[in-house]
Amino acid sequence: MFPIEKYHYASSVIDAVQALAADEKARVIAGGTDVLVRLHGGNSDYASLVDVNGLHELKEIRQDGEGNIFIGALATCTEIIEHELIQKHTPMIVQSLGTIGGPQVRNCATMGGNICNGAVSADSACAALIYEFDLLIEGVKGERIESINGFHTGPGRTLLQQGDILKAFRIRPPNYKGVLASYQKYAMRGAMDIATIGCGVGLTMDDERISTLKLAFTVAAPTPIRCSNAEKAVANRAVTEETLELLTEALVDDVRPRESWRAGKEFRLHIIKTLARKGLRQAAEMQEELT
Amino acid sequence: MISRMDISLSINSRPYELDVDVRKSLMDVLRELGYTSVKHGCGVGECGACTVLVDDVAVDSCLYLAVWAKGRNVRTVEGECRDGKLSAVQEAYVEEGAVQCGFCTPGLIMSSTSFIEKNSGTRPSREEIAKGHAGNLCRCTGYQTIINAVENAIKK
Repeated sequence: MFPIEKYHYASSVIDAVQALAADEKARVIAGGTDVLVRLHGGNSDYASLVDVNGLHELKEIRQDGEGNIFIGALATCTEIIEHELIQKHTPMIVQSLGTIGGPQVRNCATMGGNICNGAVSADSACAALIYEFDLLIEGVKGERIESINGFHTGPGRTLLQQGDILKAFRIRPPNYKGVLASYQKYAMRGAMDIATIGCGVGLTMDDERISTLKLAFTVAAPTPIRCSNAEKAVANRAVTEETLELLTEALVDDVRPRESWRAGKEFRLHIIKTLARKGLRQAAEMQEELT
Repeated sequence: MISRMDISLSINSRPYELDVDVRKSLMDVLRELGYTSVKHGCGVGECGACTVLVDDVAVDSCLYLAVWAKGRNVRTVEGECRDGKLSAVQEAYVEEGAVQCGFCTPGLIMSSTSFIEKNSGTRPSREEIAKGHAGNLCRCTGYQTIINAVENAIKK
């Protein structure tokens, strides 16, 4: 049995917010693929749970009249991967979520949980940064919207306050229309593994030149990051060997890889540079195929 | 403050009304009810030995609170054999010799069943089959006979 000491099955979003606000130790449980693993390991930080699995309104995936795409916080990885809207407009999400765990985990795990648990290695974090997700949050003071930029504040930490519930992600049309985006995950195994480094590229081209490049990494710093130096260094340039060289040089100032048992700092930096080059080249090739 | 919940669910289409301790996983409850094909392997969603289908979706029942099964139909290997006849997947596992020690087999049978139902009418590659079974570990077979069994079952 899991060492759960207090359990509240939320009947509405407001009820969940109140239950979380009333107990400073209360944590949200959604898909359970992280929380139940931690409880199994005896982690008492998760002994008081607010279960949001009854909030079916948080499962919805839809597009509004203005083209904004909404992904409910409780939609599972599999539901998102198999959704036509997501496959059509934001394929990098499909690609990223497909690298998480195995089928059983993806059938339960939610993208909401993957972002809100603040994991530095979250596979959906690169897609969130490239498509610049907005997070629709209900809190004690009502609804608010936070950008994914700056949402992660440290390993396992986010802007979420006690009493906050993520309701949905919103992706605005300028952040996905015409964006060639892809995710690369470097891990020791092809499945059921945590990223050593994850790299997301989002490219828009103006003729032969880079109009905007968005470059994002996981596990390259204490939070998932965008690489502003590298992005600026290659703007308005054609994708040539020289550009790729500029990219990797500028990149060094954006990342802060760490030393850990999974990989050394130097090795991580090598992977980071390699994935950045490969990602930009692949995105440019996607552009060539389109034209 | 420990709570319990009354839930109704069906297991292999047989209805149950249960008073469930919220701390229990679906795996715990299924095993207590005698569905011991559901194996307790790693307990953290890595080995897949506890795989069952909840409304036809494969889940690790060790990482699934029993109360979440409320109103749903849970399928285990016990229900796949009907009127003394093995399912196509079970038969294919026997024919291909995809079983050695057998501990992972019930979970794998459920993963294969879900994979085949999901991919009906298609011819997945061996790599796609492997990817579709990435959540199940087997330390005996080396997986090749399992992939053979899935290919065989698809043809049935």
